[in-house]
Amino acid sequence: MTTTASTQAPKQKSDVILHYLRPGKKFPNVWCPGCGIGIVMGAFIRMVDKLGYDRDNVVMVSGIGCSSRMPVYMDFNSLHTTHGRALAFATGVKFAKPNMKVVVITGDGDALAIGGNHFIHACRRNIDITTILINNNIYGMTGGQGSPTTPSGANSTTTPFGNAEKHFDPCDLATAAGATYVARSSVYHVPQLEKVISNALEHKGFSLVEAISNCHTYFGRLNRKGDAVSMINSFKENAVPVGKYQKMSDEEKVGKFSIGLLSETEKTEFCDEYQKVVDAHRNDGK
Amino acid sequence: MAKVLMKGNEAIAEAALRAGANNYFCYPITPQTEVAEYMAKRMPEVGGVFLQGESEVAVGNMIFGAAATGKRVFTTSSSPGISLMQESISYMAGAQLPCVIVNIMRGGPGLGGILPAQSDYFQAVKGGGHGDYRLLVLAPSTVQEAVDLMILSFDLADKYRNPVMMIGDGMIGQMMEAVEFPDKDADPKPPDESWAATGAKDRKPRIIKSLFLDPVKLEENSWLLHEKYERMKKEEVRFELYKVKPENEFMIVSYGTMARICQTAIDELEEEGVSIGLFRPISLFPFPSTQILEEATKENVKALLTVEMSTAQMMEDVVMAVVGNRPVEFYGRCGGIVPTPEEVKEKILEMQKTYSK
Repeated sequence: MTTTASTQAPKQKSDVILHYLRPGKKFPNVWCPGCGIGIVMGAFIRMVDKLGYDRDNVVMVSGIGCSSRMPVYMDFNSLHTTHGRALAFATGVKFAKPNMKVVVITGDGDALAIGGNHFIHACRRNIDITTILINNNIYGMTGGQGSPTTPSGANSTTTPFGNAEKHFDPCDLATAAGATYVARSSVYHVPQLEKVISNALEHKGFSLVEAISNCHTYFGRLNRKGDAVSMINSFKENAVPVGKYQKMSDEEKVGKFSIGLLSETEKTEFCDEYQKVVDAHRNDGK
Repeated sequence: MAKVLMKGNEAIAEAALRAGANNYFCYPITPQTEVAEYMAKRMPEVGGVFLQGESEVAVGNMIFGAAATGKRVFTTSSSPGISLMQESISYMAGAQLPCVIVNIMRGGPGLGGILPAQSDYFQAVKGGGHGDYRLLVLAPSTVQEAVDLMILSFDLADKYRNPVMMIGDGMIGQMMEAVEFPDKDADPKPPDESWAATGAKDRKPRIIKSLFLDPVKLEENSWLLHEKYERMKKEEVRFELYKVKPENEFMIVSYGTMARICQTAIDELEEEGVSIGLFRPISLFPFPSTQILEEATKENVKALLTVEMSTAQMMEDVVMAVVGNRPVEFYGRCGGIVPTPEEVKEKILEMQKTYSK
């Protein structure tokens, strides 16, 4: 873990992003030109700044993959972990230091394939962790293999004849597993993305923001979706506000995805519940 | 058959198909993902099974399942992925299931890096999982040898009903070389299914397991496995000698791609008048201990040098092999840095000063 000294927040709005980065040390980044991950990072930084969090009190945890590189570039406490298991590490951090703001950055392969088990159990515990899942429908870092969100029928380097498997909806999965704040937006819908990230950070309990993003380098190229701009434009065309989406027929839903707040419930949070157990049974006189 | 130019990872994949291994499970990890991508295209063409699992843990258990049906099955991964498979490897060894696991090694420990290394020697040879078991471990030094050993691996896995691991450093997977495959008509040996779970209709059920709660039964199983490993030591030792002559003063022990680099160093040292040869273990378990001892104790040999892309792992086996009869020195680089012939030469020249006094 790297700890950084807190510094005065910048006055100029344009300097906000730079203030939270690790320039000179970790740049240039690994992302392809036009990648949507940077848009999510920008939205996240602006919201952390707006909420006025002390960055010494924020821990960024990630696993392996393109999106998991994000905490490397930002100047918070950071913990870069094994593939798929960031949520297990994050649970350890949060449970040991319940007052810290713990944020996990993950991708579709990382969170839903190798990390699927950790993902559902973090949701089930309703531990106060915010997870931002950047979904680009493919494994980018290793070169374009199919992931659990690669749509049925879509091409990847390991589904060269079209994906024969069914794909996950991470938001449905999280809601069913017990997450108490679940929202989806895209790298086109930046103001909305910022809003749901901000709300997720402020939510007490397990929160998930799924950010639909573009991997034009692999998913776009293998599925003739065009360049970064055309892929981001397609999010504009295919995203449907959740209220409207729920009224659509199955036929109308094909190729579309819902955005907005998908579910929000109030449930007791895990660290608080455990503290109650300690309070009721502590007998060491402290 | 004519030679073709192929990348190591793809050649390994094609070789498995030639061995009749029509069941492949995988998870993406650099530097071996090309095997998965090649198989994704080829398996449907041959009516085989390709499945990208949700993790290496899942893949390890998918192999167990497929192997238990008596079919030829394999996976490929790289160091951190192989670590995740250790549980199922131990279970497969305990349950006596044949399968082939390829580790295209990258630097470790932990997440390490993605460049070539040989730092999983202990994991492969000494047992990365729990319990009294061994893997039969083979290490190719060229793409052609990777093809040949891949095909052999399936035969050995069936012969011993034991997992076979082929370990190659990242270079074996990534470099392109001319390779020749056996004829397509040369049908692979059909695997022996007399032990496999194929459906118990009209016969007694067969039970495949590694669970023996009765200590007497578990001890029986452990000794049964041990006997197998002893038989491997007798029948499966493989190695290659390069310029090993009676007048040699020094002998390098090195395996995989590293051994090829040592060959260049040996050629250059020879020109400078140093008498030196190379002992290249091909089977790492069983380790060619007797043969190393024999060569090391030839009259003129002053000392041995092991060269590895790790911090002296195989060296321990070399030291055990020569049982104090000759000094064994070590030269190695790790973290993805590959020793150059010049570095190896320099080390030998230094040793010459020490031992020629």
